[in-house]
Amino acid sequence: MAKARSKGARALIWLVVLIAGLIGVNFGAVQWGGGSWTPELALDLEGGTQIVLEPVVAEGASVSQEQLDQAVAIIRQRVDASGVSEAEITTQGGRNIVVALPGEPDQATMQRIQASAKMEFRPVLASAPANAPGTTPAPAETPAPSEPTATPESAWDQAWITPELFAEFEAFQCDAVDTTTVAPADQPFITCSTDGTARFILGPVTVEGADIADAQVAPATNSQGQATGGWAVNLELDGEGPAGFEATTRGITNLPEPQNQFAVVLDQTVLMPITSNVIITDGNAQIFGNFTQEAAQSLADQLRFGALPIGFQVQSNETISATLGADQLRAGLLAGLIGLVLVVVYSVFQYRALGLVVVLSLAIAAVLTYLVVTFLSSTEGYRLSLAGIAGLVISIGITADSFIVYFERIRDELREGKHLSSALETGWKRAFRTILVSDAVSFLAAVILFLLSVGNVRGFAYTLGITTFIDIVVVALFTHPLLRLLSRTRFFSQGHRLSGLDPQALGAVYRGRAKFREPVAAGKGVRSAGEAQRRQTIAERKAAMADATAKED
Amino acid sequence: MASLTTIGNELYTGERSLPVVGKRKLWMAVAVGVLILLALGTVIRGGFVFGIEFTGGSEFRVTGLSSASAEGAAEAVESVAPEAEARAVTLGSDTVRVQTDAVTEEQAAEMRAALADLYGVESGEVAFSFIGPSWGADVSQQALRALVVFLVLVSIVLAVYFRTWKMAVAALASLAFDLLVTAGVYGIVGFEVTPAAVIGFLTILGYSLYDTVVVFDKVRENTAPGTSGGLLDNINLAVNQTIVRSINTSIVATLPIASVLFIGALLLGAGTLRDISLALFIGTIVGTWSSIFVAAPVYAQLRQGDTIAEAKAKPAASERGAVV
Repeated sequence: MAKARSKGARALIWLVVLIAGLIGVNFGAVQWGGGSWTPELALDLEGGTQIVLEPVVAEGASVSQEQLDQAVAIIRQRVDASGVSEAEITTQGGRNIVVALPGEPDQATMQRIQASAKMEFRPVLASAPANAPGTTPAPAETPAPSEPTATPESAWDQAWITPELFAEFEAFQCDAVDTTTVAPADQPFITCSTDGTARFILGPVTVEGADIADAQVAPATNSQGQATGGWAVNLELDGEGPAGFEATTRGITNLPEPQNQFAVVLDQTVLMPITSNVIITDGNAQIFGNFTQEAAQSLADQLRFGALPIGFQVQSNETISATLGADQLRAGLLAGLIGLVLVVVYSVFQYRALGLVVVLSLAIAAVLTYLVVTFLSSTEGYRLSLAGIAGLVISIGITADSFIVYFERIRDELREGKHLSSALETGWKRAFRTILVSDAVSFLAAVILFLLSVGNVRGFAYTLGITTFIDIVVVALFTHPLLRLLSRTRFFSQGHRLSGLDPQALGAVYRGRAKFREPVAAGKGVRSAGEAQRRQTIAERKAAMADATAKED
Repeated sequence: MASLTTIGNELYTGERSLPVVGKRKLWMAVAVGVLILLALGTVIRGGFVFGIEFTGGSEFRVTGLSSASAEGAAEAVESVAPEAEARAVTLGSDTVRVQTDAVTEEQAAEMRAALADLYGVESGEVAFSFIGPSWGADVSQQALRALVVFLVLVSIVLAVYFRTWKMAVAALASLAFDLLVTAGVYGIVGFEVTPAAVIGFLTILGYSLYDTVVVFDKVRENTAPGTSGGLLDNINLAVNQTIVRSINTSIVATLPIASVLFIGALLLGAGTLRDISLALFIGTIVGTWSSIFVAAPVYAQLRQGDTIAEAKAKPAASERGAVV
């Protein structure tokens, strides 16, 4: 008994430690991780627009995760550039990209999101720092074009800069860059660097992005092949690339700055101007600068992605008004409340005082679930969706089911005529096995749904998985220890009528206070054991019932 | 005391008994008959009704209405293109959604104007989107994969846990019954199959097995080596002993689902909540039936002619003897 008590108490202490720990990590996330005490809501509860984009690829071609990640990064840049904050961009099912935006995006944002990434190399004809927004253009920092009227002979010919173009360049504001339209490949055009700090006049395209075979980060080396300690990107071209690149480097290497530069253009903005130091004839170049490893990696990724531009088309587009979001949230919570009340009422009706154990256990499960979901929301970016709430509500049933399995097991043991304390332990041993394997099956279902599914299914599977796990924790660390403690009270141990564990009501064979006869092998092969024994059992049981009724009177 | 408890006592001792195993052929015939009826009904009614996410189509949404009413919306849209089969529903309190088959750009523009007219809003406030058929196809393809992977893994888990493939087969048979009946109800009633319904459908997987595991756990115990009596009798007793808890767990599981279904349908109309819970609601009810009247009879049939293994002299046996 003392052992049981200390065991029960220990489990409850563990539970307290667990809850305190969860509160602690949530507190940490709120203090230092920018988290919050309430879970983030998904778009269908908060209102907003969800656009699912699917890649447009040739029949049978597949899209690699790497390309998809790159596309996500690029779309994020575009959405951020359009001034929409809190956009959430994720991949889905290893194929699609889901863009979730608060509110309703305008047509321009939609177009920007769908435009395919286009990478190209263009020679720099002129460059200058960006004009401050709204100010009058700074005085010319680039020399005025020398031969404004001649016909351009090469992509890097200064003759491309007509007086009109130069005037436009002088007045150019970086926010005027239109990333949704594609500048003609054989014409010069004016644009800015991706970060908006510099503006450029670029010549016609000399190398297409499709001709980039590979780009890899490598430690930078000097002309003797010794590592310099910096980082560089090794670029490999194929197709038309090497020829175009050779012509460009041959043409511009000896020109003064900035005309000895070519620009890596992605989505109409200059990712980076690169100075040509040497004529590259074989299409294998090394790009170096003051790169950190991350910067080099990012450039390499972008170059590589540019090699395989994927277009995206809208697969579905769903707009949810903020009011509808609030309605859905309210309906979800209301459904949860009603479901909870129904389960509680039914449990109390069926299990009397044990029903209150169900209530307490569900309350603990609710606290744990809330803390876990909030923590995951703060740290993993999990957002509670309507399907997720449905999962939570439905899990009330699953959680309560394991209590029922346990209670029914205890009742079975009581029916055999066992004392409550031993009925509790034997019942627990068996019930816990059943609960474990049932929950294992549910958990398996949730994990598979989560891993293999897309969209809404994930949110649902996620909450279902979490609550299945919490179910085991609650039943082992709370319900069972609590019953152990309660079993020592007179109310339960003597099987009060309202305890839900009344041996008489359960048909246990009773022969006076706390004296049970040896159980008859009632269940085991009743029919084969013979009619006589069964009759006797019933007779005894009836006598016991009568006895009990008399006592109550 | 609730009469369910008394019935439970009688079922426990064997005083009262449902002939689940004895009439197993009847129960299996009932199961097969139900499946055939549902299949026929589905075919006669014209197959499944798939949502716009599966078929592709156009969708209009009017939001920000002070009181949303779908009345006349479908007619307004169909006045532009009568063959477009418009379906209008309210979502929450301020949104009306109209879905149609795929329409041309011009038709869509006219439909937007018609809806704007009807609701007295600017044409630009009627959101229009085209839903490609691949969205639903993606979801269902992934769902199908999930289903197959799940079935393979869960068969292994069950076979290992129960240490007999016969139980795994019986459990899977009842799972298949649940899925088919749920699908059949969708087919015969003509409920719309949406991605959310597919989610609910997949959740039946975990649920249906939960119930069967509870029953089979008791069966395993009652037919453990060393127990006396006939194998089939003991299976029957185990099923009867677990009927009350099956009913209790099913009711408790169904209550929150019913609550989601009721609130979802009443407050939100068509949408995620209703679609997930409808499939689950059918699935749980069918699951309760099948864990008793499909799983156990099939298992008994598979074990027909077997006997309980001889007792090995070990302490556990005496404990069992005392319990059952």
